[in-house]
Amino acid sequence: MGDILKLVGQRLGFGLGILLVISLIIFFMVELLPGDMAQAVLGQGATEENLAALRREMGLDRPALVRYFDWLGGAIFFDFGSSAITGERVSAVIGQRFMNTLFLAAYAAVIAVPIAITLGVLVALLRNTLFDRVANVATLTSISSPEFFLGYILILFFAVKWGMFPSIASLSSGMDFGELLYRTFLPALTLVLVVVAHMMRMTRAAIINLLASPYIEMARLKGVPPWRVIVRHALPNAWAPIINVVALNLAYLITGVVLVEVVFVYPGIGQALVDAVSKRDFPVVQACCLIFAATFILLNLAADVGSILTNPRLRHPK
Amino acid sequence: MSKKDVLLKIRNLKIQGYSNETWVDIIKGVDLTLHRGEVMGLIGESGAGKSTIGAAAMGYARDGTRITEDSTIEFDGMELTTATEEERRALRGSRIAYVAQSAAASFNPAHKLIDQHTEAPLQYRIKKRMEAQEDAVDLYRRLRLPNPEEIGFRYPHQVSGGQLQRAMTAMAMSCRPDLIIFDEPTTALDVTTQIEVLAAIRDIVDQFNTAALYITHDLAVVAQMADTIKVLLKGEEVEEAPTAQMLDNPKEDYTKSLWAVRSFTSPQRYRPTDGTPPLISVKNVDASYTGGEKVLDDVSFDIYEGMTVAVVGESGSGKSTTARVITGLLPPSKGEVLFKGEPFPPDYRQRSREELRQCQMIYQMADTALNPKVRISEIIGRPAQFYSGLRGVKLKNRVDELLDLIELEPSQYYNRYPPELSGGQKQRIGIARALAAEPTFIVCDEVTSALDQLVAEGILRLLDRLQDELKLAYMFITHDLATVRSIADEVVVMQHGKVVEQGPKEEMFTPPHHPYTDLLLSSVPEMDPNWLTTLLEERGVDNVGDAALAQISPDDEKVAGTKV
Repeated sequence: MGDILKLVGQRLGFGLGILLVISLIIFFMVELLPGDMAQAVLGQGATEENLAALRREMGLDRPALVRYFDWLGGAIFFDFGSSAITGERVSAVIGQRFMNTLFLAAYAAVIAVPIAITLGVLVALLRNTLFDRVANVATLTSISSPEFFLGYILILFFAVKWGMFPSIASLSSGMDFGELLYRTFLPALTLVLVVVAHMMRMTRAAIINLLASPYIEMARLKGVPPWRVIVRHALPNAWAPIINVVALNLAYLITGVVLVEVVFVYPGIGQALVDAVSKRDFPVVQACCLIFAATFILLNLAADVGSILTNPRLRHPK
Repeated sequence: MSKKDVLLKIRNLKIQGYSNETWVDIIKGVDLTLHRGEVMGLIGESGAGKSTIGAAAMGYARDGTRITEDSTIEFDGMELTTATEEERRALRGSRIAYVAQSAAASFNPAHKLIDQHTEAPLQYRIKKRMEAQEDAVDLYRRLRLPNPEEIGFRYPHQVSGGQLQRAMTAMAMSCRPDLIIFDEPTTALDVTTQIEVLAAIRDIVDQFNTAALYITHDLAVVAQMADTIKVLLKGEEVEEAPTAQMLDNPKEDYTKSLWAVRSFTSPQRYRPTDGTPPLISVKNVDASYTGGEKVLDDVSFDIYEGMTVAVVGESGSGKSTTARVITGLLPPSKGEVLFKGEPFPPDYRQRSREELRQCQMIYQMADTALNPKVRISEIIGRPAQFYSGLRGVKLKNRVDELLDLIELEPSQYYNRYPPELSGGQKQRIGIARALAAEPTFIVCDEVTSALDQLVAEGILRLLDRLQDELKLAYMFITHDLATVRSIADEVVVMQHGKVVEQGPKEEMFTPPHHPYTDLLLSSVPEMDPNWLTTLLEERGVDNVGDAALAQISPDDEKVAGTKV
């Protein structure tokens, strides 16, 4: 077990290192943009004196490196400063929205991952049959349609024609959990349709890739039934690639949902990011970017650790 | 249940494989009759269709092959070709079991041995889990596996190759089948390990009166195991006879040629006496892979110009690591390598082009050592260009010359790709590539182990001829003592990273030996069908394989005083 802890520790260290580099990039990219926050707040017509006064007030007259460490030090405790536009704490602006995004991602993942893996196993078992082809075509169609289009199609049928689900995912405090699931069903379903294909096809490929292994032939020659060959003999050895593609899709569910949030008017972090960019609200943009980066790194880290843990050679050293 | 009951009757077996968009016959009408308790050896070279017949006896056609409709495979009164897939599957594991060539690859890495062992009996509801586990432990004990109570609860990677192969034989026995197909079960093992597996297999087959098809390309092995032998060539039967008769009196020319294959011996060459320094001299070399344990421990030996030094030992003994040190792929942690008396830079990156050209390598797997997407002319031409700066017509002439040297018609092979060639031809290309650099020294790493015996002999003859013509020195890494006998001038025996014995070939093959050399030599199967029986009587059943290795005492005078 010592080896595994060491490996996990190493990966964690790498992850932190990468996050640090990304924070540097985010901070100084914004720094490179023409104009600064004072300019953004006061607009084009501001006088030099006003700008200088505001810069002093916001601490912008200090060297960039000092401000970077200041910002980074705060970011560690989720304090990203205050919004340049409204003056609110950034954490207050995006905190709840980030939780909303996480909720929607979790909702979609809980539906999508089991479906994708089950389907993947099934199409591997029934490979080259009609079922395989239908499943492939269906999931490929859903992955190749833009997500806003999928969202509108779902709204057209489920909300407009059949009136089963609301077309706008408005949230209010004090909603019970069932109501919450009901209201956010359509955006979640849209996301499910977007991510299932990728995970299913990877599961299928990872399993079929193993079917030529001698131990699979051995299992067949032991009289093991086909479904059991797949589930018990191939799947346990296919986890590493599957886990990786699942992590990649989970990251997408969190960082790539802007369009879906817009379509369903869902108060998530994607919308906040779009708003902040259009208003040049740099602290919010920086915070969103850093959160996205951290999510990506964390999920990939989890995938790495997951694939290490599924390797029996590492779990049971000699 | 008399011994004369027919268990398996195969008539007119034809199996086709799909290639280039047509179905091609792989097995062209083979008949086979096996009685209860009988062991039949199927032998032949690769491509003879031995394994395909073995799988067909289970009613199983590998992916991309099919059994034609006019074949009949009758197992204990049941016709397998017309049975449903479910009916056929119900036989597998329960009444017909399979033991694969590489147990290391054929055990699922994700599950414990015992869970894989009990899978079939549980599935067929022959036994309850606890019963099946107890039975597994009993079988492990009968197969003389160490720690029978505990070994099943390990994962495959935690168990050695020879033990895994026995565990797989135990697994095949789990439902007490009527028939077991052994598909080259000892090919991947060292000779000392092979014996313990052979003894275990023979024992268990005897104890349960199980019939077996024993598939192998090794005649000496099949002589120990089989009651009758069937020789196959390219999907057709050559002849079949009881073992003793087949060995003493083979009828067909092909069979005779198989029997005579180890006849080639190159004349013994001797070290020069005029005091010229050795071409390559390995001096007190220690080496290890990054952070690992010492793989080589104080290895020293000399290789003189134009001579062949065979380095023998089991897997993990440090033979290939020694080659990596000489070629500069792995700089030693202690000691040095001398070339004509001058130190050779330890890292190949520090060697000059002239130094690099001196020592070339030929690999075991010509399949993976040649880039499949590159034409033969370029594979051979590239080193000629790199080392000698040849271009244009000169380069083409040089490639033609090299192809002539390895006895392949230049015009025919110049523009072809490796996958279009046979195994032996690929190995010849590997040799030509090494020669293209005009070396004085070539490391041959198990160059014949992946080849059939007839083809291997051709390669050995070629290497021997080239050696005389071009004054080459060879370091010949092998675990096959028959190869050593035919080609070596001097022998270095390695064990656990140490040189345990070295000397001229004739001396090495005459007693007294170092006990490890002795063990290696006596473990090589001989054609005499009583060889295994006699050996087991001499050594005792519990004194083979690992046990015999463990018995070599470090205080033995021959161990202490390594002769040079």
